[in-house]
Amino acid sequence: MSGRPNIGGIRETFAPWADPAAAPLVRFDGVSKAFGDTRAVNDVSLSIYEREFFALLGPSGCGKTTLMRLLAGFEQPDAGRVMLGGRDIAADPPHQRPVHMMFQSYALFPHLSVAQNIAFGLKRQGVAKAETAARVEEMLALVRLEGLGRRRPDQLSGGQRQRVALARALAPRPKILLLDEPMAALDKKLREETRFELMNLQQALGLTFMIVTHDQDEAMVVADRIAVMREGRIVQVGRPAEVYEAPADRYVAGFIGDVNLFEGRVATSEGGRVRLLSEDGPIEAEGAGPVGETAWVAVRPEKVAVHSEPQLGDNVLAGTILDYGYLGDWTTYLVEIAPGRTIRAARANATRTVARPLGCGDAVWLSFEPASAVVLTR
Amino acid sequence: MRRPRTGLAAILPGLWLAIFFAFPFLLVARLSASDSALSIPPYAPRIDWSQGVAGVRAFLAALDGETYVRLTQDSLYLDAYLSSLRLAGLAAGVLLLIGYPIAYGIARCPPRLRQALVMAVILPFWTSFLIRIYAWVAILKPAGVLNAALGAVGLPTVDILNTEAAVLLGLVYAYLPFMVLPLYAVLDRQDESLIEAAQDLGCTPLQAFWRVTFPLSLRGAAAGALLCFIPMAGEFVIPDLMGGSETLMLGRVIWTEFFANRDWPAASAVAIVLLATLVVPILLFEREQAKVAR
Repeated sequence: MSGRPNIGGIRETFAPWADPAAAPLVRFDGVSKAFGDTRAVNDVSLSIYEREFFALLGPSGCGKTTLMRLLAGFEQPDAGRVMLGGRDIAADPPHQRPVHMMFQSYALFPHLSVAQNIAFGLKRQGVAKAETAARVEEMLALVRLEGLGRRRPDQLSGGQRQRVALARALAPRPKILLLDEPMAALDKKLREETRFELMNLQQALGLTFMIVTHDQDEAMVVADRIAVMREGRIVQVGRPAEVYEAPADRYVAGFIGDVNLFEGRVATSEGGRVRLLSEDGPIEAEGAGPVGETAWVAVRPEKVAVHSEPQLGDNVLAGTILDYGYLGDWTTYLVEIAPGRTIRAARANATRTVARPLGCGDAVWLSFEPASAVVLTR
Repeated sequence: MRRPRTGLAAILPGLWLAIFFAFPFLLVARLSASDSALSIPPYAPRIDWSQGVAGVRAFLAALDGETYVRLTQDSLYLDAYLSSLRLAGLAAGVLLLIGYPIAYGIARCPPRLRQALVMAVILPFWTSFLIRIYAWVAILKPAGVLNAALGAVGLPTVDILNTEAAVLLGLVYAYLPFMVLPLYAVLDRQDESLIEAAQDLGCTPLQAFWRVTFPLSLRGAAAGALLCFIPMAGEFVIPDLMGGSETLMLGRVIWTEFFANRDWPAASAVAIVLLATLVVPILLFEREQAKVAR
């Protein structure tokens, strides 16, 4: 990672994917799966490493759940191989795979108690009774449900049920734990707490987790790496900061966070800097692009500064505030720079009071650093 | 504000039960406590309204449990009683064995086929029950369709009409929808991810069925079994048309007492005893349901 500027300002020490000698725990190798005419998964190749927290992110119907079910064994690939620990597991039925899944609906057995639910997988493995009991207690403690072992699932709250589902999938010690939208049914506050609990659990147990989610915040917080999916294909795989700050294309840029896009022709591309001739004027951005062809410059709202006085230099756009939203920690501005053409800017509310507040109709000047913008060719 | 409304809502079913269940039941109960008499109608005592309150008193004093004592003295009643319960129990068992795979199969079908199959299960109701039983008679009789078919392929013929086997066959045939539908309702509602979760945790498909699908469908099985067992125990038409003289079932005993022997009190007493025994499994089932609901 040294030699080029760090992305996202976080020093990562865990990066087995960057090590060419590391053998992946899971490998999807040119995997495709169609349902009727729909290509749910289309030629996906992907490696997941031991102890990694891997997120599959995409809108509903992008094939992320199908990809997970291919690993669990509930679907068979039409083409390609699914490898676990270097072995093709395509022929293994779900019950023989050391892969356990936490279902979106939790799928707790309603006729069994919490303890029996957690012991279910252990019993199938033929774990001795005493050890099963001990492991169930250990799991209950792990998910902070001590003393609730004799309850039935319908006597628990939503958050408690979620933790039982987690404990049940973890109890037989899977090689990889699959989490299918694990927090979709929780309310916002509980969801945020659970994210950190999941991360702690994964760290403490030293397990490999694969999470499927459509919630970009969730993926950004929990995952070591994110694979962004679209229409059955993987568009980009990378650390959260990479996916956010160096999106592979306009789709990823727009799916993760807000983005302002400038479309234009590349005038020059030299010295790691691109000059784009857009309808909004010339735009300077760091990166490279094909000279004379169409490209896009993407810039995130929080990297666009809002000034009340005219500015000099590159990447300055004059406009008027059309609308704003006060979010407490941030204020977002919608600035019209030409009829029908708006730019989003966001400003951290670093002080409680502001000497010259901005409002709708105010004339403002927007600016951003070339280094804060990304050149996209797709 | 809520209570009066639920109270109002209960009036209609309450009224219905009072008119069509409680009142006839009281009539039958009173008949069972009367004595047979050579009159029209053929029982005594009756209330002599001309005597006023004294008439009612005399009427009540004349009621007794003598008929019930009579039931215990003739082994015919006990035999018919046990035979009815045995046949109904046997038929309910066979219905479970046949109905469960059918219901399970339908619930595992694609949705559009499912609807068609449920329709197919209900379809026999479009034809009169009596006609369907007569059709079975035509199939099973010595020179009937079944034996003609068996003869045509060179197999020995069977003569099962007017035997207990025929009654059993008739009961199973007639009550199959009542077994399949509640079972199907339970199986269809079952969350498919439960079975996937079981397999994910190490169950083969067969183990997943026994450990998850089956225990979760027991309520439907109990509902179906009760729904079939209760009317089967009192069934009259099937044993009458398909059973032989040795097939003793309470429905027939009641009919014989009423219409052949003109012994209304005995017929009523048999009916009351039957009702009393059938209430027991219903209450057990209700209690089980209440436990689940809690």
